[in-house]
Amino acid sequence: MSRRRLLPLLPALTLLALLGPVAAGLWGTVLPAFGHLPAAGLTGPSLEPFRDLFGWAGLPRAVMLSVGTGVLATVISLSIVMLVTAGWSGTRPFCVLERLLSPLLAVPHAAAAFGLAFLIAPSGWLARLASPGLTGWDRPPDLLIVQDSWGLAMTAGLIVKEVPFLLLITLAALGQADAQRSVRVAQALGYGRVTGWLKTVFPRVYAQIRPPVYVVLAYAMSVVDVAVILGPNTPPSLSVQIVTLMSDPDLSMRLEAAAAALLQLALVVGALMVWRFGEVVVAALGRRWVASGGRGKADTAVAGLALAAGTVSALAVFLGLIVMAIWSFAGFWGFPDALPDTMTLANWARFGSGTLEALGETALIAVVVAMVALVLTIGCLEAEYRHNIRVSQRAVWLLYLPLLIPQTAFLPGLQTLMLNLGADIGRGPVMLAHLVFVLPYVFLSLADPFRAWDARMGVIAAALRASPDRILWRVRLPMLLRPILTALAVGLAVSVGQYLATLLIGGGRVATLTTEAVALASGADRRAIGVYGLMQTGAALVPFTLALLIPALVWRNRKGLRHG
Amino acid sequence: MDKGLSLRDVTIYKGKSPLIRVHHDVAPGEVLTIMGPSGVGKSTLLAFVTGTLAADFSATGAVWLDGQDITHAAAHQRRVGILFQDDLLFPHLSVGANLAFGLPPGGTRADRQARIDGALAEVGLDGFATRDPATLSGGQKARVALMRMLLSDPCALLLDEPFSRLDAALRAQVREMVFDRARSRALPVLMVTHDAEDAQAAGGAIITLGDDCGSRTTDASRSHQ
Repeated sequence: MSRRRLLPLLPALTLLALLGPVAAGLWGTVLPAFGHLPAAGLTGPSLEPFRDLFGWAGLPRAVMLSVGTGVLATVISLSIVMLVTAGWSGTRPFCVLERLLSPLLAVPHAAAAFGLAFLIAPSGWLARLASPGLTGWDRPPDLLIVQDSWGLAMTAGLIVKEVPFLLLITLAALGQADAQRSVRVAQALGYGRVTGWLKTVFPRVYAQIRPPVYVVLAYAMSVVDVAVILGPNTPPSLSVQIVTLMSDPDLSMRLEAAAAALLQLALVVGALMVWRFGEVVVAALGRRWVASGGRGKADTAVAGLALAAGTVSALAVFLGLIVMAIWSFAGFWGFPDALPDTMTLANWARFGSGTLEALGETALIAVVVAMVALVLTIGCLEAEYRHNIRVSQRAVWLLYLPLLIPQTAFLPGLQTLMLNLGADIGRGPVMLAHLVFVLPYVFLSLADPFRAWDARMGVIAAALRASPDRILWRVRLPMLLRPILTALAVGLAVSVGQYLATLLIGGGRVATLTTEAVALASGADRRAIGVYGLMQTGAALVPFTLALLIPALVWRNRKGLRHG
Repeated sequence: MDKGLSLRDVTIYKGKSPLIRVHHDVAPGEVLTIMGPSGVGKSTLLAFVTGTLAADFSATGAVWLDGQDITHAAAHQRRVGILFQDDLLFPHLSVGANLAFGLPPGGTRADRQARIDGALAEVGLDGFATRDPATLSGGQKARVALMRMLLSDPCALLLDEPFSRLDAALRAQVREMVFDRARSRALPVLMVTHDAEDAQAAGGAIITLGDDCGSRTTDASRSHQ
């Protein structure tokens, strides 16, 4: 088939790759949830699975944990980002914070969570630094800080990862909101920075970042890896319980898992609806606040607090990574010493071969998935450009759909469905599952720069008798080298960080750095976690570094491409 | 008439409302200037001629070039060259590679290099082939852009406010160079501008567009009215 005929098909193919697994997975969840699982010799329909689920004593607590940590993490990270942007955007501290937070976007959730645990645990670095001088402790105190039953550590773990994400999304939205002039006008009318920004810019910015905020809420409510590392065990959050049930050798437990997955879906849909209603309430209150004419007396304090919170959030990840690195090289390290007695390569020698194997698997999956996502994305964008297809706001929501449906709602179903079909689980299906999560991010990362490319370049090239393909390969793609590599790096980082898709669809047989690292959470071998966590972080960060370095090298003699 | 560019009852619409209506022949070596304030659809007319009309516009009528109806031809097969107010040199290619991009395929390497060097020499830019286009002055960029367009061997030349970014002294010089080259190659030229001086310097027919979608042709000797 010639490329000319293939191109118009790419958008449809992309939608299929995005939504096919989600739809199939939901179907595969609904059937066993109502007692239908031929693979285990069970045929429905029955309500038994839901009866089992509601009979579980831990359910109310598990539901509370999912909803509580998810909503709290979303509210707090959104507040931090909005207030920091309101109080500081365009200033020097803001630039510093922005530069600190950007690379953190690539750090996998699991690595950030481990780092945080190493930092705040009773025997963690913070306690060591303060002991025995400030605290008087010469043994780790008997406190349940990590895996606390309220899920506070888990909430904190989510916040430190969602703050960089929301900040970068907000920065992209700010450009289109004409923020600076609005704030200047508000300030000239006597408004404080924060109040002026919230009253004039916030509504416009929020309208733009609404889909990613919903993604954060859905994600935080159903996260598994962070919950395994930082969340409570008895009972765990609903998502973790689903995974536990799914990995039970007794196949009939999958029925209850499916019922729990549907409950998880209902919780997220319900929370999104409540959030939507909350937006209406906030808007009404906000209008009244605007009409009241208050200029903002507490602005300075609020801005200061927000900046402090943003800084703490960034530092938590950085220090966490540092202490993880120290543990990976640590020999004997007694409490309360701030540093190990000896530094050694023994840990790396011991876990090195295992991590290298996992790195190979991780890289193979990530490279294939990210490349496929990139090709589909460029194909869609180019088809849109060549055939003058207009993308509606509704189509953009389709892109967000796989990110809004909780992973724990459709991935178990996808696994069960493949089991019923007798399909082999393993690397190939894992790649398809990764693609569902990688594709939206690659597309969202590349779409703006691709569309912003000066179309007159294309007119000129066509007038120079270059065919559409020649224009794409010789002009457009080379000019967009930097955003293309960035999108590729985003795709690689998302794939590297995937936990649940790898675990469930790989049937436990596909071992990536992320699954191996999270599997270590139940043990307490900090040296092993240090080695795996560091490798995992490196696997996600190195592509970003290359995405910066390669264009700078290739275009070192091309001033016109050096910025932007 | 066989040679030349002919716009036959061309009407450009934005949605359902007509923006601009032109019916005119441009003979080889002649210039047709379309004048009017921004927003009346002058550039859109050029986009119709190059085959790159944006989705929110539509058009009726036909474009003929050298005896062929090119109304529905693919953009890259029309052989219609265009220059914009920005040079739009490809920033990732050297000056020489930009010119090579314009040159049709074929010929030996040495041949092609010789033609590129010749083109640079013709506009006083000897030895500029390896330069980064971003390091050139505005006038130098304009000259490279012109030669790149001419090397692609077009049958007509479109100019979209081509001189408005240049300062006064440079402007007259570049303008003269463009019109000279077009005349010596016997290219029909279609220029849109809001600058009366450009229109006068072009020396051909001038169509002035108002915002009422009507048009007024000065020097209507060659127009079919």
